[in-house]
Amino acid sequence: MEWETVIGLEIHAQLMTKSKIFSGSSIAYGAEPNTQANVVDLALPGVLPVLNVEAVRMAAKFGLGINAPVSQNSVFARKNYFYPDLPQGYQISQMDLPIVEMGHIDIPLEDGSTKRIGVTRAHLEQDAGKSLHEDFAGMTGIDLNRAGTPLLEIVSEPDMSSAKEAVAYMKKIHALVQYLEICDGNMQEGSFRCDANVSVRPKGQKELGTRAELKNINSFRFVERAINIEIARQIDIIEEGGSVVQETRLFDPDKDETRSMRSKEEANDYRYFPDPDLLPVRISDEFIEAIRATLPELPEAKKQRFIDEFSLSDYDAEIMTSSRPLSDYYEIVASGSGEAKLAANWVMGNLSAALNKDDKNIADSPISAEMLVGMIKRISDSTISGKIAKDVFEAMWKGEGDADSVIEKKGLKQITDSGAIETMIDEIIANNQAQVEEFRSGKEKILGFFVGQVMKASRGKANPGQVNQLLRKKLKA
Amino acid sequence: MHNKSLTELATDLTSGAYSSVELTQYFLDRINQYDTNLNAFITVMDEQALAMAKTADEQIAAGSAGALTGIPMAHKDIFCTDGVRTSAGSKMLDNFIAPYNATVVEKLNVAGMPILGKTNMDEFAMGSSNENSFYGKVKNPWDLERVPGGSSGGSAATVAARLAPVATGTDTGGSIRQPASLTGITGIKPTYGRVSRFGMIAYASSLDQGGVFGTSASDCALVLQAMSGFDEKDSTSSEQAVGDFSASLKDSLQGLKIGLPKEYFEEGLDSGVAKVIEDAIAEYKKLGAEIIEISLPNTHLAIPAYYVVAPAECSSNLSRLDGVRYGYRCENPKDLQDHYMRSRGEAFGDEVKRRIMVGTYALSAGYYDAYYLKAQKIRRLISEDFQQAFETVDVIMGPVAPNTAFKIGEKSDDPISMYLSDIYTIAVNLAGLPGMSVPAGQANNLPVGLQLIGNYFEEAKMLNIAHQYQQVTDHHQQMPTAFEIANINPSKGGE
Amino acid sequence: MSLSTEEVKKIALLARLAISDKEAQQYSDSLSEIFDLVAQMNAVDTSDILPMAHPQDISQRLREDVVTADNQREKFQAIAPSTEEGLYLVPKVLE
Ligand SMILES: [Mg+2]
Ligand SMILES: [Zn+2]
Repeated sequence: MEWETVIGLEIHAQLMTKSKIFSGSSIAYGAEPNTQANVVDLALPGVLPVLNVEAVRMAAKFGLGINAPVSQNSVFARKNYFYPDLPQGYQISQMDLPIVEMGHIDIPLEDGSTKRIGVTRAHLEQDAGKSLHEDFAGMTGIDLNRAGTPLLEIVSEPDMSSAKEAVAYMKKIHALVQYLEICDGNMQEGSFRCDANVSVRPKGQKELGTRAELKNINSFRFVERAINIEIARQIDIIEEGGSVVQETRLFDPDKDETRSMRSKEEANDYRYFPDPDLLPVRISDEFIEAIRATLPELPEAKKQRFIDEFSLSDYDAEIMTSSRPLSDYYEIVASGSGEAKLAANWVMGNLSAALNKDDKNIADSPISAEMLVGMIKRISDSTISGKIAKDVFEAMWKGEGDADSVIEKKGLKQITDSGAIETMIDEIIANNQAQVEEFRSGKEKILGFFVGQVMKASRGKANPGQVNQLLRKKLKA
Repeated sequence: MHNKSLTELATDLTSGAYSSVELTQYFLDRINQYDTNLNAFITVMDEQALAMAKTADEQIAAGSAGALTGIPMAHKDIFCTDGVRTSAGSKMLDNFIAPYNATVVEKLNVAGMPILGKTNMDEFAMGSSNENSFYGKVKNPWDLERVPGGSSGGSAATVAARLAPVATGTDTGGSIRQPASLTGITGIKPTYGRVSRFGMIAYASSLDQGGVFGTSASDCALVLQAMSGFDEKDSTSSEQAVGDFSASLKDSLQGLKIGLPKEYFEEGLDSGVAKVIEDAIAEYKKLGAEIIEISLPNTHLAIPAYYVVAPAECSSNLSRLDGVRYGYRCENPKDLQDHYMRSRGEAFGDEVKRRIMVGTYALSAGYYDAYYLKAQKIRRLISEDFQQAFETVDVIMGPVAPNTAFKIGEKSDDPISMYLSDIYTIAVNLAGLPGMSVPAGQANNLPVGLQLIGNYFEEAKMLNIAHQYQQVTDHHQQMPTAFEIANINPSKGGE
Repeated sequence: MSLSTEEVKKIALLARLAISDKEAQQYSDSLSEIFDLVAQMNAVDTSDILPMAHPQDISQRLREDVVTADNQREKFQAIAPSTEEGLYLVPKVLE
């Protein structure tokens, strides 16, 4: 039987406010346990929440970024459950009336086309604290510094039909929240987290299969792996005559499996109701327009501009705008060097290979955009060849200085003095008479041998075009 | 001394007739003398009270005293008080030393009022008799075999026995007005949002409102003034300007339109109570008021709606009491589940558990629409009844409670009959209106309160209406004789 | 309406309240009575009525995004049942 996969994602993006969503505590990462938990975060008796305007502004920004209506009337609700890292005994979230309603985002597919993915909703909520399971004499330690950190939960439609599409969607949202400067996207620190709802059904069947919710898949690589493993598991079950159970499953990257989290399911009845400590959030047109006015250029617009301004292909422009830091980097290199295509080749080629190899982000690349501009300028003014440029790049990567100082220090400047090149050629002709005869008898291919000898003698610094031209002249003489 | 008004006390303090330390000691001595009978206090704050009194005396000497500086008072033990146990009448918080001040506490501290102590109450404000306290029952000073009402019964008994000139309370379904009525004192619950709820331990967030007990409307006006106002820490507090509650006390009531809801005088109302209310209305006629019969047709739905909304909110509000960060923790839990179940099961009293379960059920999957949503709709109907009435009347009057103070134990095994004692007060909380109880006489030798219900933010008008009545009557000046003797001569008091 | 002791126990579990069998029986009686009282609401048709969640029709005030809290861990943990290295301790949480 042929199977079809249906995937929807729930992404939690931590908003980059200074203080918590309902209290004046800092949300800075990495503080000593419970030093950033005030009376409100600790849910002492009698305390009350007051909403942070910046969280609302950031949520509205996201709404504008996915072409969704920003609700003029949204309501906070309580989701009730007991857990030690949830001090109130309920999470303040949004249920019936979320702040951002249906929007969409386009993802690139492997065949070069795009697919539109619906974003059902995005709502504001508070994060929980952290449970530390290392042994405290058989006890669990609770740190509430993270409790009350503002989250935007972004819920997609079940529009994705493969793990690859899910990753493409997640990357798109990841890029968007960073473009909007509402989330730092740091997945190691948990600022951007993903749960996936996965189900399978026989191809052509209309109704959805039973879904499993995969938790704890916090890297692009894990999302793809976890979903594929889960798809295979579900198909196996059905093909063996069983049926999939609706449940929450945890992805274990070490064992490369998903496993049931029955403990989380037990007696779940969240008893949502509007939080009586908070009033309806009313957002005016002016508030939204003020946000719209400060909206940065978004990926789609920037991609089109790169195509128009820098004559990039659709494919190259898609890659260059896939993240805000990359697009900023590229734009500096392309504009600064005046060589958009060359800039694209270097950024997508050597630079991205080097970043990958050393597991670095573009933001902490040892070669700044300005340094790369300097190097490309030396290629275009023929100071160095493309081949030598690779050595220059290598040196810059190792921190040996900018292009000009590397070229200077290592003497990599191209030799363009025809007198010097002629002297080298004369010597090589004198030492390789047999090959000269071959050339003269019509075996033109042997020219390559002579070019190679000259380049070797000049340690790559002779201008290849010039060498070619002078060799022909001398050999034919 | 214990029968003086706040204004008289302030005058004496300013003139130097006695100091705040002496006055505070005087009331501490009265508490010491009488509270063993009443059990009105959970915590007496001798040291802190005298220290605050000393500071007040310095302010008085420096000429920087306000209207309340140096006058001692008591707080219901539901208001968090920094450094002092704040128990809400529960075993759950018996060991809870609040690490912060409620806004109400902060404001009255700033006003310079020494805190005599924290008063007893029904556990988490759930009750109408003050029999549901971990710290024991509070007795009615008029008859020690009877309840003082609840849940602010400790504060009411305190003021009724003149163990403090004034005390704070909270009112979720009648918890200021009903005990005020049953103990013969004046109590006001302002409009929802008038007084900050920050630091006031929540029972039902959309209904809870802080207020004050005193022996007169003019005393209540002064303290309510100091308690009221917008608080940036409470999203539900009102930004509406507070105004001056004392300025209009002397206004004439000529032409005042009083609405009498016929539903408040039907079966179930004790005839003695009804007689007292009728006499009070007659007095208002003499003051120039016009009496208009009105109808609040959804009155009978107030208790059903309340017993969904309040338990639903409380079931969630009390979830934070989990023995993790503060409060009671059971011994040797075998696992996390056991920790939760036993910590909460052992520390909450019967009525609190009952209401948590009612609310949990009402919010659970499949029942939300039938209970919670339905109750919120009924709530609108009730609120609209009042708004329609206020189109033709200035104030609504009626009884506070259907009966005078009942015997301890009389209703404690019958939750429903206990709930019904709030039949005339609960609708006011559902609508968020201000309400008041004013002593109007006695029936069966026990006090009876007249209820005043005003429109939103009309506290000044209600206080004026109560004050004018108190100018021509002396019911509010009556106190239980057993508490009349002052053993201590204040001039000889002191540290 | 009548709530069985089994239902009462389910509710008590959801609310994390340990109750004995005897208590479950008592709560089954009193909860049933309360829901009978509550059932009076059913006599009214409320299909056209908007629910009222708050006494006043006001909207949520928004707070400026400023850090106002300082570290008071010591004071807050002084009243905690069990702490170690700045953490609140609870019986082991099993994933
Ligand atoms: Mg979710
Ligand atoms: Zn969420």
